Amino acid sequence: MATKSPGKPAASGKNARPFYANHTTEQLKEALRRMYLIRRFEEMAEESYVRGLTHGTMHLSVGQEAAAVGACMDLSTADYITSTHRGHGHCIGKGADVKFMFAEFFGKEEGYCRGRGGSMHIADPATGNLGANGIVGGGLPLATGAALAIKQRKGKDVAICFFGDGAQNEGAFHESLNMAAVWKLPVVYVCENNQYGMSVSTVRSTAVKDVATRAVAYNMPGVIVDGNSVADVNEAVSAAVERARNGEGPSLIECKTYRTKGHSRSDRNRYRTKDEIEAWKNKDPIPAFESELEAHGIANRGEIDAIRDAVEKEIQESFEAATKGTNPTPDSLLRGVTTTGDIAMGVEA
Amino acid sequence: MSEVRELSFSAAVQEALAQAMEADERVFLMGEDIGVYGGAFQVTGDLVHRFGEDRVRDTPIAELGGAGVAVGAAVAGSRPVYEFQFSDFATLAMEQIVNQAAKMRFMLGGKVSVPVVFRMPCGSGTGAAAQHSQSLEAWFGHVPGLKVVEASTPEDAKGLLLAAIDDPDPVLVFEHKLLYKVKGHVPAEMYRTPIGKAVVRREGKHATVVAAAIMVHKALEAAEELAKEGIDIEVIDLRTIRPIDSATIIESVKKTSRLACVYEGVKTLGIGAEISAIVAESEAFDYLDAPILRLGGAESPIPYSPILEKAAVPQTDDIVAGLRDLVKGRI
Ligand SMILES: Cc1ncc(C[n+]2csc(CCOP(=O)(O)OP(=O)(O)O)c2C)c(N)n1
Ligand SMILES: [Mg+2]
Repeated sequence: MATKSPGKPAASGKNARPFYANHTTEQLKEALRRMYLIRRFEEMAEESYVRGLTHGTMHLSVGQEAAAVGACMDLSTADYITSTHRGHGHCIGKGADVKFMFAEFFGKEEGYCRGRGGSMHIADPATGNLGANGIVGGGLPLATGAALAIKQRKGKDVAICFFGDGAQNEGAFHESLNMAAVWKLPVVYVCENNQYGMSVSTVRSTAVKDVATRAVAYNMPGVIVDGNSVADVNEAVSAAVERARNGEGPSLIECKTYRTKGHSRSDRNRYRTKDEIEAWKNKDPIPAFESELEAHGIANRGEIDAIRDAVEKEIQESFEAATKGTNPTPDSLLRGVTTTGDIAMGVEA
Repeated sequence: MSEVRELSFSAAVQEALAQAMEADERVFLMGEDIGVYGGAFQVTGDLVHRFGEDRVRDTPIAELGGAGVAVGAAVAGSRPVYEFQFSDFATLAMEQIVNQAAKMRFMLGGKVSVPVVFRMPCGSGTGAAAQHSQSLEAWFGHVPGLKVVEASTPEDAKGLLLAAIDDPDPVLVFEHKLLYKVKGHVPAEMYRTPIGKAVVRREGKHATVVAAAIMVHKALEAAEELAKEGIDIEVIDLRTIRPIDSATIIESVKKTSRLACVYEGVKTLGIGAEISAIVAESEAFDYLDAPILRLGGAESPIPYSPILEKAAVPQTDDIVAGLRDLVKGRI
C-alpha cells in the first residue's frame, strides 16, 4: 500500500479529513480488522499463558492498538519497523500472520523465530519487521541504522521506530535522534506514551512533560497526537513518512495513550488507581474507530460485525494450528548462532 | 546463638538491605521499579514504605546513567546499592562499571575508594529468552578492581550482600533468579559472609565439583544420586568469583584427584577455564588422575523454547553423567 492509495477514497468533500480522503473503504476496514486482530491475539495469548501453553512473560498492548495500526497501515514490506517488548501490535500492524505468532509463543519451529525468541523477540525480516526487543531503547539505534542503509542505497523506503515513553530516558534515544538529524535519515520515531515505564510515571521519570518537546533538541519536527485515534496517528505518521521519503530527514511523533492491562504478568498495579484505568478503558480506540466508520458511512454495524467474526475465526484456527506445531529438538540448539556456524552445520537460513 | 529461622533467598536479601540501611544512614537503594512496585522480583518489597523514596529511589530507565550516578555518589561519601532489573542490562552500563568504578581508585593513585554495590539478578530457566537470561559473572570477573560474589543459599545471600555493602570497593552481587524462592536458615542478626572464601558444601573423596549459585544445588543433587552407586563427590560452593579462593579448590583436588567445573555461563572462556587453570598451574596438577571436566552453558544465547532452554545449561542429569564418566575406572 502506498501513502496515497489508488481507488476511490472512502470519504470526499472538503470536510473529509486526510485520513478518510486518502484511504479507500477497503483500507479502512482492513485497519479496523488489524486492530481487532491485535486485541484478540493478545487476549488469547494471555489465556494461553494461564492455560500453561506459554511460558516466560508477555507485555500486552491492549488499549494501544490505534498507534500500531495507524503508523503501519500505509507501509510497504520494503519499509522497516523496529518494535519493543510490547510489540504484538506493531507486528500485526505490519501484516504478520497470527498463526506464526502463536506458534512462536508456543515455542514451535513454525514460529516466526523458530521458537527461539518468544513474545519479546517476534520479528519478520521478510516483511521489514526487524523485531520486538527485550532491551528498552534497543530499537532506536537499529531503526536509525536501517534508515542509514536506505539512504546509502538511495532508496525511497523509510524506517519506523516504535518506542515507549520510558525509553526516552536511555542514552540510545538521544544518540540516535541526533545522528538521524545530522545525517537527515529517513526515519520516523513513534513514541507510544502510555504514561508509565513499568511502574514509574513520566512525571516521576522525565524532566519534560511531552516527549515531543525533545525533538527541539534534535532539530526535527515533534508532533503530539491522540494515540487512541487511528486517524490522528495515521495523518501525523503519513506526513512524517512523506518528509522522510523526500529526503527531508527524521521526525518524532508522540502518541498519547494508555495500557489498560498491567505491565507484564507480574504487575499488581500498585502505582496507579482503578479510576485512572477505568477512565482510559472508556477511551478504547476500537469502539471509537467503529463509531467513526459508521458516522462516515464507511461501514455499517453488520459489516463491522462481519469483520469481528472473521477475526474471531482466524484467531481460533490459528491458535489451534499453532498448538499442533513441531517442537525444536535439543540437537538443533546451536542453529542460528552464526552464519558461518550454520553453513558449517549444513543448515539453510 | 540465633534461633533457627527460615527465610526465602529474596527475603534474606531484603533483610540485608533493611539492616544495612538501618545501621548506616549513608546506605541507600537505587534502581528501576524498586519503590512501590517492589522490584521486578519483589526483592525490595515494601522497603520504600519503611525508608522513603529518597533512600529507595526509583530511577528513570537509564542504566548507564543510573549505575554511574551510584558510582559518583559512592566516591563522594554515600553507600549506594544499585539494582539492575536484570543483570543483562548491566551491559548498558559497562562504561561506568568497567571504566569508572573498577579503575578509579587505581587511576587516582589509590586516593579514593568506590564503595558501590550492584545487584545482578541473573540466569535462565524463566522463559525470558536471550536478553533476560544471561550469566555474565565471568565478564566482570575479568576486570581488576571489581569484586564478584554469588550466593547459593539464603544465608550467604544475606551475609555476602552485607559484606559487599561494607566493602570499600565496587562489588557485583549476582543473584540467580531461580533461587529467589528457595528457603533456608538465615540468622536474624547482622553478619558478614567473607568475600573471597569458598565453602565445601559436601565432603567426598572421588571427585571435586566446583560450582556457584544454582549449580551448587544441581551438583549436590547429582552427588546424592551418585552416592547410591558408591561414588562420593565433594562439592565446593565458590561464593566469590573474584577474588577466587584458589586454596580451597587446590586442597580439595589434592584429596580427590578429579575436578569438574559446573557453571551456567557460556563454557568457553568462562569460570571453568579459570578454575581449571588454577589447578593446572598448582601442585594439585600432579594429583590429577583424569582430564578436567567442564560443564558449562552452551555456545548459544539462551533460547525461548523450554526444551532448548533446558538444553542450553547443565542439568542435574548432565552432571550425574559427566561425573560418572569422570570417575570411571577409579571405583
Ligand atoms: C535496558 C532495559 N532496562 C529495563 C528493562 C525492563 N523493562 C522492560 S519494559 C520496561 C518499561 C518500559 O517502559 P516504556 O518504554 O514506557 O514502554 P511500555 O512498557 O510502557 O510500553 C522496563 C523497565 C529492559 N527490558 N531493558
Ligand atoms: Mg510506557
